[in-house]
Amino acid sequence: MSLTGKTALVTGASRGIGRAIALELASQGANVAVNYAGSEAKANEVVDEIKALGRDAFAYKCNVSDSANVTEMVKSVIDRFGSLDILVNNAGITKDNLIMRMKEEEWDDVININLKGVFLVTKAVTRQMMKQRKGRIINIASIVGVSGNPGQANYVAAKAGVIGLTKTTAKELASRNITVNAIAPGFITTDMTDQLPEEIKAEMLKQIPLARLGEPKDVAKAAAFLASDDAAYITGQTLNIDGGMVML
Amino acid sequence: MADVLERVTKIIVDRLGVDESQVTLEASFKDDLGADSLDVVELVMELEDEFDMEISDEDAEKISTVGDAVNYINSKK
Repeated sequence: MSLTGKTALVTGASRGIGRAIALELASQGANVAVNYAGSEAKANEVVDEIKALGRDAFAYKCNVSDSANVTEMVKSVIDRFGSLDILVNNAGITKDNLIMRMKEEEWDDVININLKGVFLVTKAVTRQMMKQRKGRIINIASIVGVSGNPGQANYVAAKAGVIGLTKTTAKELASRNITVNAIAPGFITTDMTDQLPEEIKAEMLKQIPLARLGEPKDVAKAAAFLASDDAAYITGQTLNIDGGMVML
Repeated sequence: MADVLERVTKIIVDRLGVDESQVTLEASFKDDLGADSLDVVELVMELEDEFDMEISDEDAEKISTVGDAVNYINSKK
């Protein structure tokens, strides 16, 4: 298995894409820390599934926009596993609204979790990864961060920010053998996209050349590849996993 | 004092691959010892480990020469 003996922290791993990534990393041999913010029961289910695969795992409750909390979390992961090879910044929320109707609080909440959170967790793990002289950071952005999307000014701005942050982190840490890449998922079936009205889903489906929604597994497989030694020469990139929705 | 300087010097020599004779109290990490910004961050990390102390980001930014590092460590002991 390509990730045997590796250790990983996946944020927002109790549900959706994060859950799929945590399970995929574990199925390829990694021990995984399962971060969550609210869904403790769901996080514990993921931990149990990982342990059933014969890997070590534990759940850790932490709001990624709280720096003190994040520092404690990363310390706990390193204490438990003795190393930290893979960070997947996946935690994210949506608070959709048209710009004209968007409250400042909705803007701040999404930017704080989806963008500042990536910065804080990245900052907290770099020390360990620099010492190890190896590391993999994978940031989950979104295709709308590339294309824009009405009703999601806060989310799109955060995700576009994550893509820029990915490139800068990649350049800063490349000399220490740490690669940093982003994945930009398109329309993936998760609790987050289930909230969308049916007519919007139908409209989005028309724009997908592969004519289906993506599965969390479609994203998880790519994340596991980027986390592996096979991806050693890939850094600073954004990989769109969207059924061909956006082609640049 | 000598002990601190000795230990700091060893870390600098190992990390930056410079000759021991270049590591004087006045030597600047960036200007004289060929370190880049990330090297200095790593040096500070190693000093923290070596002397079992935490150096805040604010304090770390003030450490630019070998003497700065030695004085800082002595002041915290």
